[in-house]
Amino acid sequence: MLLRSFIAVTATLISTSVIAGDISPTDVSFGDYGEISASLTGVAGDPVAGKKVSTNRKLGNCLACHVNDDASSQSFHGEVGPELNGAGSRWSEEELRGIVTNSKNTFEGTIMPAFYSTENGVRTLKKFVGKTILSAQQVEDVVAYILTLKEE
Amino acid sequence: MKKFTRTLTCILALSTITTVAIADEDAELVINGELSVATKAAAPADSALDELISGWRFRTNETQALQMDDFDNPSFIFIEQGEDLYAKVDGSEGKSCASCHEDVASFEGLKSTLPRHNASSGKLDTMETLVNNCRTERMGAEPWKWSKGKMTAMTSLISLQSRGMPVNVKTDGEAAGAYDLGKELYYTRVGQLDMSCANCHEDNYGNMIRADHLSQGQINGFPTYRLKNAKMNSIHARFKGCMKNIRATPFKEGSEEFRALELYVASRGNGLSVESPSVRN
Ligand code: HEC
Ligand code: HEC
Repeated sequence: MLLRSFIAVTATLISTSVIAGDISPTDVSFGDYGEISASLTGVAGDPVAGKKVSTNRKLGNCLACHVNDDASSQSFHGEVGPELNGAGSRWSEEELRGIVTNSKNTFEGTIMPAFYSTENGVRTLKKFVGKTILSAQQVEDVVAYILTLKEE
Repeated sequence: MKKFTRTLTCILALSTITTVAIADEDAELVINGELSVATKAAAPADSALDELISGWRFRTNETQALQMDDFDNPSFIFIEQGEDLYAKVDGSEGKSCASCHEDVASFEGLKSTLPRHNASSGKLDTMETLVNNCRTERMGAEPWKWSKGKMTAMTSLISLQSRGMPVNVKTDGEAAGAYDLGKELYYTRVGQLDMSCANCHEDNYGNMIRADHLSQGQINGFPTYRLKNAKMNSIHARFKGCMKNIRATPFKEGSEEFRALELYVASRGNGLSVESPSVRN
């Protein structure tokens, strides 16, 4: 039951087709360290919406791998990645946008999924082919949220 | 009465599966107070792992306990079904398993060496293909479905005969091609989440992933009774589940790919004890 709630996540997934005006996942340009300077949507991220996306098991499900004390009302935080506590002080907005969009440009070979990419692993289930895990605006929202997680 | 008590035990057990307390790291698996089963083993020289650790060690105390006494282990409801099927005549030849293999104990040592290369078919034999060969060729009976109840009852019964013996599958010679394919599949990143088996079971065993305590993904305990679905689960069904979770299209149960992956994963546990039938959440 536990893994099912982790990334099985299939049936009710909100289809994340690219919305007009957003930078398409194949056109995103990364800097030398994997950062992305321009907003993916031109609309400022909403940290409150971003928190919901980050804890939702069918969306970001960041808690699968990261401890986040700000979301302590949610049970079961994973320990595959570093704690998100203070991540908003350690990383800039541009760096966080890169990490959430496709962290493989920042951390080579990482297990962390790319949330706004259509270059996935082989044999991707048909219904996810060409789809991103999050929409461009959801990425912006998550970035705005992580930026609020400041070092004490 | 015996069956009833077992059913009751598994219902009670179900209510404990949300517990994520990590089990005592030093717990040892002794079954029925007498059979010591090695749940850790030294890694072979060429292993990607520092130490081989059975999935049993990653489960909670409550789940571990279910495997320590055959009376508490819900698998034995299914093993009893396997015993009935073993003696049951089926098919055009008027035979049962017992007509040719009188005592199921004669299968001691089979589980620990499977899968293995079959020179006449040129493919890997698994417990399921061996059972179905007997059914179709010697009994004139219908083959059983790979992961359905009759097959898993039978593979559980036959695997039990090797409990406590070291896993020892052959990976060289004729099996080398399948081993290489299995290894390649193990390290290939698949699905929308773009992960390989190794990302979770080699790089992250011992870590929590949300509420799950990641193991090395060993198969020395299969078929395994899962509290989650209250039945015996085949190796290929588990592989399928892990692939779907990363949003990948699984290979078919019984396919060349899954047999090769089974051989490779089994070999990663060479030296661990056969634990079948195990209990997992
Ligand atoms: C399957 C695991 C996994 C998931 C899911 C995941 N991450 Fe990560 N993340 C990692 C790992 C592992 C690292 C460390 C980089 C490395 O070593 O590969 C990391 C690194 C990070 C970092 C840098 C942390 C630091 O301080 O160094 C941030 C920020 C981050 N992730 C945010 C997120 C957000 C936001 C989400 C959800 C939208 C998310 N992660 C989902 C595994 C994951
Ligand atoms: C996203 C993480 C993840 C990936 C990738 C993954 N698994 Fe798993 N797997 C799990 C979790 C969680 C469990 C349940 C807890 C455990 O036993 O590790 C599990 C359980 C298993 C088990 C049962 C172990 C036991 O003792 O009962 C096997 C076997 C297994 N996985 C094999 C594989 C194979 C083969 C692959 C690649 C095709 C794979 N897994 C990919 C997360 C993963």
